[in-house]
Amino acid sequence: MTEALVQVENLSRYYQNHCAIKHLSFNLEAGEVLGFLGPNGAGKSTTMQIISGNLAPSEGEVSIAGHDILEAPRAAKQHLGYLPEHPPVYRDSSVDEYLKFCARLHRVPRGQLGTASDRVKQQCGLETVGGRLIGNLSKGYQQRVGIAQAIIHDPPVVILDEPTVGLDPIQIREIRDLIRSLGSQRSVILSTHILSEVQATCDRVQIIRAGELIYHASIESLNQRRETSIRVALRKTIKIEQLSSLQGVDHVDSLEDGRYRLFFAPDSSPDALVAAAAQQEWGLYELIPEQQSLEDLFIELTQDEEANAI
Amino acid sequence: MIWIIARREFSAMFLTPLAWVILAVIQTILSYMFLTNLDNFFLLQPQLIQLENTPGVTDIVVTPLMQVAAIILLMVMPLLTMRSIAEEKRNQTLSLLVSAPLSMTEIVLGKFLGLMLFILVLVSMLMLMPLSLYLGTTPDAGKLLSIYLGMLLLLAAFSAIGLYLSSLTENQTIAAISTFGALLMLWIIDWIGGSIEAGHSLLAYLSILQHHQSMLEGVFDSSDIVYYLLLITGFLILTIRQLDRERLL
Repeated sequence: MTEALVQVENLSRYYQNHCAIKHLSFNLEAGEVLGFLGPNGAGKSTTMQIISGNLAPSEGEVSIAGHDILEAPRAAKQHLGYLPEHPPVYRDSSVDEYLKFCARLHRVPRGQLGTASDRVKQQCGLETVGGRLIGNLSKGYQQRVGIAQAIIHDPPVVILDEPTVGLDPIQIREIRDLIRSLGSQRSVILSTHILSEVQATCDRVQIIRAGELIYHASIESLNQRRETSIRVALRKTIKIEQLSSLQGVDHVDSLEDGRYRLFFAPDSSPDALVAAAAQQEWGLYELIPEQQSLEDLFIELTQDEEANAI
Repeated sequence: MIWIIARREFSAMFLTPLAWVILAVIQTILSYMFLTNLDNFFLLQPQLIQLENTPGVTDIVVTPLMQVAAIILLMVMPLLTMRSIAEEKRNQTLSLLVSAPLSMTEIVLGKFLGLMLFILVLVSMLMLMPLSLYLGTTPDAGKLLSIYLGMLLLLAAFSAIGLYLSSLTENQTIAAISTFGALLMLWIIDWIGGSIEAGHSLLAYLSILQHHQSMLEGVFDSSDIVYYLLLITGFLILTIRQLDRERLL
């Protein structure tokens, strides 16, 4: 039996009477980056906190590398690196001191303390700030220190809770590159409400809303599932039926100024459109492929649910 | 593991000026007291010689000094213990410890041990003053040892209480004030005097002052030791349970 690295089964969590997550189950395979997506207050952070052992679940089980987080917390936590929403850094110690302390906490052998901290500093781009106080570093660097802390003991599973919040666009790009490089060696769970982040970094995506898993799929099948549409602009006015009868076209929306949006079935190409336009001299001067973004899908899914709920 | 947290805790205290200032202020005030007591001793000496069974230099100089020290430390210890858990909660750094492969017990014991290291430094520095008496006379070594142990146990009990109250809140000021209130209450609890006959012996047993006083006088009673150990383990267990409970809320 191949065991998933992280197994979450039937997880529920109540805050008094308020149910933050209900009956959540999912797995994380080795070497996979899982995007955990949801609007604010959907229960992402709660799930992360439970997996990392910071909160106890009301129901259900979590196991990391085969160790139950409640029954064998020590073994489970040894396989885990966790970056909470706010990086848990001591503002009054220097980066080097802090990383050494974290390494000791995670039982990195004494002889390897130096190499471990050099390795994560190099991975997270912290070589130049080793001697500085964490409190004096910028938010982006503090975030990197937080990530460095999570990987210092070389854990097979890394959990990052909204790692790019409050960063400027350049820092966001750097952190994303860092996450992608982490994903090549270990499994990562990444929670975020920024959809492009998931598209940029993850292998698989899971959407959670109001504590329930409403969608999960690999990024590839997600891209396939999404309809492709093409926006065209024609000089000549033509009947809309002429377009919708073309091969592979699902339906057509008419826009202003002789523009049309053509929806294609998945895996079909607009060859027929171009051929017809050339033959019948429609005066095609604009052809823009439009991809339904994860954003659209997300809104679609969350609103569908809302509509169903009502 | 406990030692790693204790070391970090101890060095964190010296990263801010707080620990240095506390050590300096206490040492200055008490050395002034020490000199005053010593002066009194010289004034009294001619009369003491004529008495039989006279109190020695330890009773006249050191015991009153440590009584004052205990009262000053009752006010100062809350300032030391307030940050230990409350600050980690406020800065959300507690999750670093919680998600590391450690048990709550190890975390709490580590914090307590860190405080104990500081106390050891503090009391050892205070004890240098009585030890300086060896330059001119021979103080009662057994009494000095009893006083040293008494101070350590008293401050350990203070820090266990402070640690617990610090785990209840995110706000350091609240932790400090409630610790101060609790310690003061334990101090004055037997002042109610003879008005409640039956309860008085119980209240007297609860009073931290009673136990401290007997150790300062060189009476090494195992019931005092048990009192302190009960107080310390009790509050440490409460702290561990409090932190565990917060995961369930």
